[in-house]
Amino acid sequence: MADIELKNVRKTFGSVHVIKGVDLTIKSGEFMVFVGPSGCGKSTLLRLIAGLEEISSGTLSIGGKVVNRLTPKDRGVAMVFQSYALYPHMNVHDNMAFGMQLAGSDKAAIEKRINEAAEMLQITPYLQRLPKQLSGGQRQRVAIGRAIVRDPAVFLFDEPLSNLDAALRVATRLEIAKLHEKMHDTTMIYVTHDQVEAMTLADRICVLRDGLVEQVGTPLELYERPQSVFVAGFIGSPKMNFLNGKFADNYRATTIGVRAEHLELGAPDKGWPGKVIHTENLGADSYVYLDVGTEEPIVVRQTGTVRLDNGQTAGIIAANQSLVHRFGPDGRPIAA
Amino acid sequence: MTLQAAKMADSASQGLGRQVERSDLANQRLRSALYFLLPMLLTLAAVAGWPLARSIYFSFTDASLNKLGEAHWIGFSNYFSWVTTKSGKTIYIGVLSDPIWWNAVWNTVRFSVISVVLETIFGMAVALILNADFPGRGFVRAAVLIPWAIPTIVSAKIWSWMLNDQFGMINDILLRLHLITDKIAWTANDQTSLYAIIMVDVWKTTPFMALLILAGLQMIPKDVYEAADVDGVHPVKQFYRITLPLVWPALMVAVIFRMLDAMRIFDLVYVLTPNSAATKTMSVLARENLFDFDKFAYGSTVSTLLFLILAVFVILYMWLGQIRFDGGEKT
Amino acid sequence: MSEEFRYQLWKTTKWTAFYFAVLVLCVVSIFPFYYAVLTSFKSGTDLFRVSYFPDTFTLENYASVMTQGSFPLNFLNSIIVSAIVVAISLLLAVTAAYALARVRFRGRGIILLIILSVSMFPQIAVLAGLFELISAMGIYNTLLAVIFAYMIFTLPFTVWVLTTFMRDLPVEIEEAAIVDGASPWIIIRRVFLPLMWPALVTTGLLAFIAAWNEFLFALTFLSSNTTRTVTVAIALLSGASEHEVPWGIIMAASVIVTVPLLVLVLIFQRKIVAGLTAGGVKG
Repeated sequence: MADIELKNVRKTFGSVHVIKGVDLTIKSGEFMVFVGPSGCGKSTLLRLIAGLEEISSGTLSIGGKVVNRLTPKDRGVAMVFQSYALYPHMNVHDNMAFGMQLAGSDKAAIEKRINEAAEMLQITPYLQRLPKQLSGGQRQRVAIGRAIVRDPAVFLFDEPLSNLDAALRVATRLEIAKLHEKMHDTTMIYVTHDQVEAMTLADRICVLRDGLVEQVGTPLELYERPQSVFVAGFIGSPKMNFLNGKFADNYRATTIGVRAEHLELGAPDKGWPGKVIHTENLGADSYVYLDVGTEEPIVVRQTGTVRLDNGQTAGIIAANQSLVHRFGPDGRPIAA
Repeated sequence: MTLQAAKMADSASQGLGRQVERSDLANQRLRSALYFLLPMLLTLAAVAGWPLARSIYFSFTDASLNKLGEAHWIGFSNYFSWVTTKSGKTIYIGVLSDPIWWNAVWNTVRFSVISVVLETIFGMAVALILNADFPGRGFVRAAVLIPWAIPTIVSAKIWSWMLNDQFGMINDILLRLHLITDKIAWTANDQTSLYAIIMVDVWKTTPFMALLILAGLQMIPKDVYEAADVDGVHPVKQFYRITLPLVWPALMVAVIFRMLDAMRIFDLVYVLTPNSAATKTMSVLARENLFDFDKFAYGSTVSTLLFLILAVFVILYMWLGQIRFDGGEKT
Repeated sequence: MSEEFRYQLWKTTKWTAFYFAVLVLCVVSIFPFYYAVLTSFKSGTDLFRVSYFPDTFTLENYASVMTQGSFPLNFLNSIIVSAIVVAISLLLAVTAAYALARVRFRGRGIILLIILSVSMFPQIAVLAGLFELISAMGIYNTLLAVIFAYMIFTLPFTVWVLTTFMRDLPVEIEEAAIVDGASPWIIIRRVFLPLMWPALVTTGLLAFIAAWNEFLFALTFLSSNTTRTVTVAIALLSGASEHEVPWGIIMAASVIVTVPLLVLVLIFQRKIVAGLTAGGVKG
């Protein structure tokens, strides 16, 4: 329902600069994911948008209106916290009703919204229960429900899946994706350190490093056309293989990068010669680690199960040369 | 600088309202903080700040109970001054030259030190007992709380009765055990009265000390002792080398707290051994002068001096304890 | 002696010594009050005979206490004063604790310091000034005088303990409430207070006990039998003649005054211990 615009936003705590000048536009209704290593400032940025921290300089506008000084409620934002932050002494229903009650909405409207949200998240049977009677996944859905009921312009998620176990994480991720489809008018900003969540949920991803934006783009853009070594190494699992020295010289670059899934193994005399040091068999795929004489081993993905012994030699081939990323001394890609 | 430290610095600079224009949220919270604190602070100012100032003021005047409003400033006369008589003798006047005052100081100090030492030792023993796991622990903990729960005045009366020279049971038991030959007037006899006070105070306050020490003991992880057991360390050694050092901070806090309390004791002395020179503490002396003898200014002087002595102790306490007063890091 | 036997002997000695210490501890703690109760059921010449077990029984003393003098009124005064003191202290302290525990501002540390130092005032040091103030306010010899005066020790303690408790409440719940649009007062009333009621019970109890016990201010500011609280009443109990100390009656009064407190303390043991140590250890 509203575009969000950050212009040269900075945040300092005392003398520590945490956000060092962020320019970003988040389109109305899009699902934007802030991702980056710990300490990059992604949570701080989210909290600045929410209004829980003050912006040191720069402007934040929602729907064209500068909101730097407004309280969270006046900005029309709702937030889902990492640890759910449900009011422990209120049952699910009252947790969800709290915000609207404070705003003075009439009872009928409140009930309607709660029931709709509960239906959407399938938590109707739990409405009378206390948070401590719910499992982690259920609590997270209630936290989401509490935010939905407020009918916000902007939905903020602060690492909501970190406290869930792996299976639950996948299931709840799906719920959030479905939520986005249903509420396609609402802008959603999602913070995570998990790039898989970023890739699967985002319309666009904003990669942050050290208080600055490294790159903004769709998941596919970031995957196929990373604008820096950092982004190339951050997106995609397993991490992209990087080679310097003579390997890179052959490509007239300082560093080259190629993903495990874009490499093949062949006879030892073809491609880069490598010695197998470790294999991971995951059932559907396998990852083979080979020593090519550099510090880090090269990882190559193979389908199915692989039976290679350690010490065996093999040749590493990049089948499609255009999938080898070339980077200059500044870490930026070299134009082809 | 860690993020936490930076946040603290940030909040400090917020007070100056410099380059950061405060958001509505921050403003709202600061305003609320002010409204929330003001009633409490005003009450404290009225009930403690102002009266203290007035008491100190009175000590520099010739105020008397019935004519408080007509007090005249006389400087340090109440504290220490002298008069030379016609015959050339110099007579010193003022609290600081009064042997009764020094007697009171001595009584108070003697009482405080002995009491606190005993309370600490017994308190440690009781805490060690309560820290152990044994059936009936709940009952013992409840029993131990009883002396603390009984109002001081009531304790004083009960012990007065037990220490009564004619009909008291203490004399009765001691006589039966042939530990004494005559009945002792515990509370009237100058040689025993202070010890009677000490005994009752120790009886009454050891539970409190024990609880504080127990809290400190319970913060020591159990596996440290288990490791020591496996290493074959003797229990007594375990106490001196493990328990004592680890419980020391909590112990010190408790001791200083109690010391302060002991120095200002009034109730017990007033009720158990009224009008006894051997047990008159500074508080009792002050009140006597203020209200019984109509030496209001003199009494104010005594109470101000007591306050000063305790203030020195408080500063020692803070310096030794190095306690953080910033309200913590959580916000 | 075999090692097994020696070990058993050592263990048994240890446990015997331990339980002996426990026994001594219990006897020393409980006996005085037990003896008071015992005495309160004796009267006349029985009082002059020392006995350790109940051998006579009379309710005379209790009857005297309740009917002669103004003891029941004094008891009521104590209840009124303590209850009102608790109510006012908690109200002032809860809001102050929120400001001190949850809002960052300069001077917060200094205020906490001031509060702590007030709790260390010897009450005698403010007596003169308080006397003047209370006389000037015209509330001398009324219950208001002590209600006002007791703030000097209940406020610092309640503020300190409640601040400690509030500090420990999770930040995220408060932030969620802020995002929901709650003002600080709403946060206190609807989010924090329900979570803090154990702390409120504890501090309320401790404040009640402190107010109930207080002697110096009550002695100084309440001068007639109708306004006095129960602590002063007991201290001043005297007999028909100058030389006769009515021990039986004094013990009966003592028991009456103590039993409510004992019951409260025993029921709320855990909370009280938690409150005392929160105020003491963390302070």
